[in-house]
Amino acid sequence: MRVFIRLIMCVFVLSFFTIKAHSFSPNTEQTNQQQEAYDPVPNIMHHISDAHQWHLWGEGDNAFSIPLPVILYADGNIDVFMSSKFHHGESIVTKGNRTYSIDSHGHIHEGSGLSIIDISITKNVASMLISVLLLLLIFFSVARGYSKNNKAPKGLQAFLEPLILFVKDDIIKENIGPKYQKYVPFLLTVFFFVLVNNLMGMLPGSANVTGNIAVTLVLSVFTFILTTISGNKKYWGHIIKPPGVPLALMPIMVPIEIIGIFTKPFALMIRLFANITAGHIIILSLISLIFIAQSTMGNAGAWAVAPVSVLFVLFIYCIELLVAFLQAYIFTLLSAVFIGLAVAEDH
Amino acid sequence: MELVTPAIGLIFWTAVVFILLVILLKKFAWKPILTAVDKRNESIENALKAAEKAKEDIENLTADNERILNEAKLERDALLKEAREIKDKVIAEAKDKAKIEAEKILVSAKEQITNEKMAAITELKNQVAELSIEIAEKIIKSELQDLNKQKELVTSAISDKDLN
Repeated sequence: MRVFIRLIMCVFVLSFFTIKAHSFSPNTEQTNQQQEAYDPVPNIMHHISDAHQWHLWGEGDNAFSIPLPVILYADGNIDVFMSSKFHHGESIVTKGNRTYSIDSHGHIHEGSGLSIIDISITKNVASMLISVLLLLLIFFSVARGYSKNNKAPKGLQAFLEPLILFVKDDIIKENIGPKYQKYVPFLLTVFFFVLVNNLMGMLPGSANVTGNIAVTLVLSVFTFILTTISGNKKYWGHIIKPPGVPLALMPIMVPIEIIGIFTKPFALMIRLFANITAGHIIILSLISLIFIAQSTMGNAGAWAVAPVSVLFVLFIYCIELLVAFLQAYIFTLLSAVFIGLAVAEDH
Repeated sequence: MELVTPAIGLIFWTAVVFILLVILLKKFAWKPILTAVDKRNESIENALKAAEKAKEDIENLTADNERILNEAKLERDALLKEAREIKDKVIAEAKDKAKIEAEKILVSAKEQITNEKMAAITELKNQVAELSIEIAEKIIKSELQDLNKQKELVTSAISDKDLN
């Protein structure tokens, strides 16, 4: 555990420098010119967005980033190459008769205007794969703990068992009711997938997986599919003919109910995405305050703001830790509630 | 807009990875873990039930023991009482028998005494009679040795007889 904390601290400090490096280059240019306020938005956007390489520190030619495989589907061909071949957007990659270039937003374009499908292992995908490996490692070892002996759980097993049972009994069983068994694997996996990715996202320098709308979209689509296919007669009956509603209101109520089918998972998607991304933006903004102060008030200003900023970051960091658990809980809880509504029987 | 535009690649990978994760965890983690936990809960419940049953058994056993002890006590008391009764009876019987025997002996003794007494009296009577006869003989012998006296006697006897 201590090693883990130390690791977090290390990476945290590291990411601090990442931003510093980003901001230094314009600042040195600005020393001769009129002081221009530091604009944190590009940096923040860079940190919370997906990318084709895993940028760790440095800027321009000094940048240190881990290249990731680019996988493109264009015109019936699948082209695979490392993202480092773009040389930060300066080079064009040629595969067969197709030429690929990358723009400043990280989008890849084909030279002759072919439409391409980009299924690269991006930073988020890589981070997600690491989280998945971690999850498999953790839970396989926990499962092995049960097969080995019948003794009381200990270590990781003792830590995770109450969590697993809490999710199973207090979230899944509580909200779905007697038919909950079928949904246990999906919801347990959702909970731990979101939780681990939330926590991994808090490691500085890491990717913002659960704060990416594509990831939350997929998760909520799974909930939507499960809700829709498990909907019973009563569930659909309530949508097509809401009980206790006067006939005159039907033309309004029925569309609302139908829209409701989609707004529920949509809210799930937005909630997780917005919470995690907002947390990242707040932390990055607070750190950026130091550089804004530096650009407007010089080094003295930066030194004055830094302690306050770091304290606030620490505070928000603690809250984000809580949010990481909370959002995993809420996502699972609401998914269970929606499925529960779909399978509920008449009382 | 960049932030809220889902990328097709990430959607694809998330879906693939997540589905695989669900399948793998379901097979190799959730199922074994939850089955083991259920099994453990069951065994704990069984153990508790067994303990409860053992406690009940012990209680029953204690109650049984107490009952048996009480019975034994009662039986002992009954035996003692019976023995005392028998003793009393035996003693009473012996006393009665002794009394009867003593009376019998007394009666026979009395009878014997009476018989002996009667025999003695009879014998005494006989001896007295014999003696009297002897004495009378001797007296008569001595009386009748003197002729005068014989004549006197006859005379007196005739004079007593009034010849009228």
